[in-house]
Amino acid sequence: MKWTKKHIISINDFSRDEIDFVLEKSELMEKKLKDSKTSSLMNGRILANLFFEPSTRTRMSFEVAMKRLGGMTVGFDDLSVSSEVKGETIADTIRVVSDYADVVVMRHPVEGSAMLASEYCNSPVINGGDGANQHPTQTLLDLYTIKKEFGGLDGLDLCIVGDLKYGRTVHSLTSAIEKYDVKLKFISPKELKAPRQMIKSLVDRRIPVKESTKLNLRDSDVVYVTRIQKERFPDPQEYMRVKDAFIIDQRSLEALRDTAIIMHPLPRVSEISAGVDETKYARYFEQAKNGIPVRMALLCLVSGIKFW
Amino acid sequence: MIHVACKQHRELKVEMIKNGIVIDHIRPRRAIDVLRILGIDGSFGYALTIAMNVPSKHIGRKDILKVENRDIDTNEINKIAVIAPEATINIIKDHRVVKKEKVTLPETIVGIIQCPNPKCITNKEREPAESVFLVKQKEPLILRCKYCEREISSPIMLS
Repeated sequence: MKWTKKHIISINDFSRDEIDFVLEKSELMEKKLKDSKTSSLMNGRILANLFFEPSTRTRMSFEVAMKRLGGMTVGFDDLSVSSEVKGETIADTIRVVSDYADVVVMRHPVEGSAMLASEYCNSPVINGGDGANQHPTQTLLDLYTIKKEFGGLDGLDLCIVGDLKYGRTVHSLTSAIEKYDVKLKFISPKELKAPRQMIKSLVDRRIPVKESTKLNLRDSDVVYVTRIQKERFPDPQEYMRVKDAFIIDQRSLEALRDTAIIMHPLPRVSEISAGVDETKYARYFEQAKNGIPVRMALLCLVSGIKFW
Repeated sequence: MIHVACKQHRELKVEMIKNGIVIDHIRPRRAIDVLRILGIDGSFGYALTIAMNVPSKHIGRKDILKVENRDIDTNEINKIAVIAPEATINIIKDHRVVKKEKVTLPETIVGIIQCPNPKCITNKEREPAESVFLVKQKEPLILRCKYCEREISSPIMLS
């Protein structure tokens, strides 16, 4: 695959080999970070962070990644300062920024906006989240966290808990993980079950899939927890009932395998109790930290900078 | 004038047209949708023959349309391919079939289908994003929006 000037829009654009390549290069980048916290690989280059929607982790993590590579960042994370409030189209904003920056990271609430941006941008565009659609760098850092822990992805039992119907993270992770030899267990309230199309796609690929409405973490290597969103429930009482059924606390950890890990894309609300944070299973803060080497590796790859 | 098709002696008898198009092997009950694609309604001033649910050797049951004094363009053929992928188009000149072609579903369908996702960029006013659907699976048909990745099986045509 040609990486230079490649737009990173959707995890569905990646083959298994390409995912493995990014994970391998992220590992190399992390080793480089251990030797020295900064480098001059992106010296003199500019990253434009265009956040039409608020973001803390993704925006900061791209900023830190670029600065650790010796590059500079410009941009906004407040819609009121962007030209969109004056009625400018995304296409026009991107055409202008395209000449300002060497790499563009964009988050926008409209689905498909990152794909449109890539069609009007001479610099590589990295999708930092387009509404409920895609957030490919989140998926890559999720996979990187799993690979770091277990040495690979094949042969693992994954359990995904929470909002499986609307959760962007779950859909992207599932479409990437189905390229590997894994077993999946989905746990959710019945109102938030995984879309049938997603289950069919897994079955077509002969991935063993189990679905349950009861929290049972037995026989899992990875427990990936997502937030159940209150706004999805028309009846607040119904929300209260299912919300309590999906809290990972120290008691629910008793069923876990000794080597299992718990992940969460964050922000967390109450679905993982604070008592879990200090246990040997918790990996969600490390997962967020892993975003740095993964995004550093991607920034170098799309900029045509070889660091290995 | 509308001629309704009938079966006589196990054979479909319909009046011949001098010039126009005959669309054969339309999936049963989709002839009305094909007429909609062609923009033909009750105000159409020429002969129109509609046969619905008639026996077909190829697809079991089929619909047929004969439209007098009407031509067809590539855009219309591509639209028909989405809802009637087995259809054949016969161009009639002076009572003779001068061209016969099978519709083929293109791998990419541009500017024909409206994305049903209201949050898709292709539905956002003033953005220069034309609807683009990629054919993920032909049978049964599954299309995926190039932009928002929404998958659909029952396409809604753009007017």
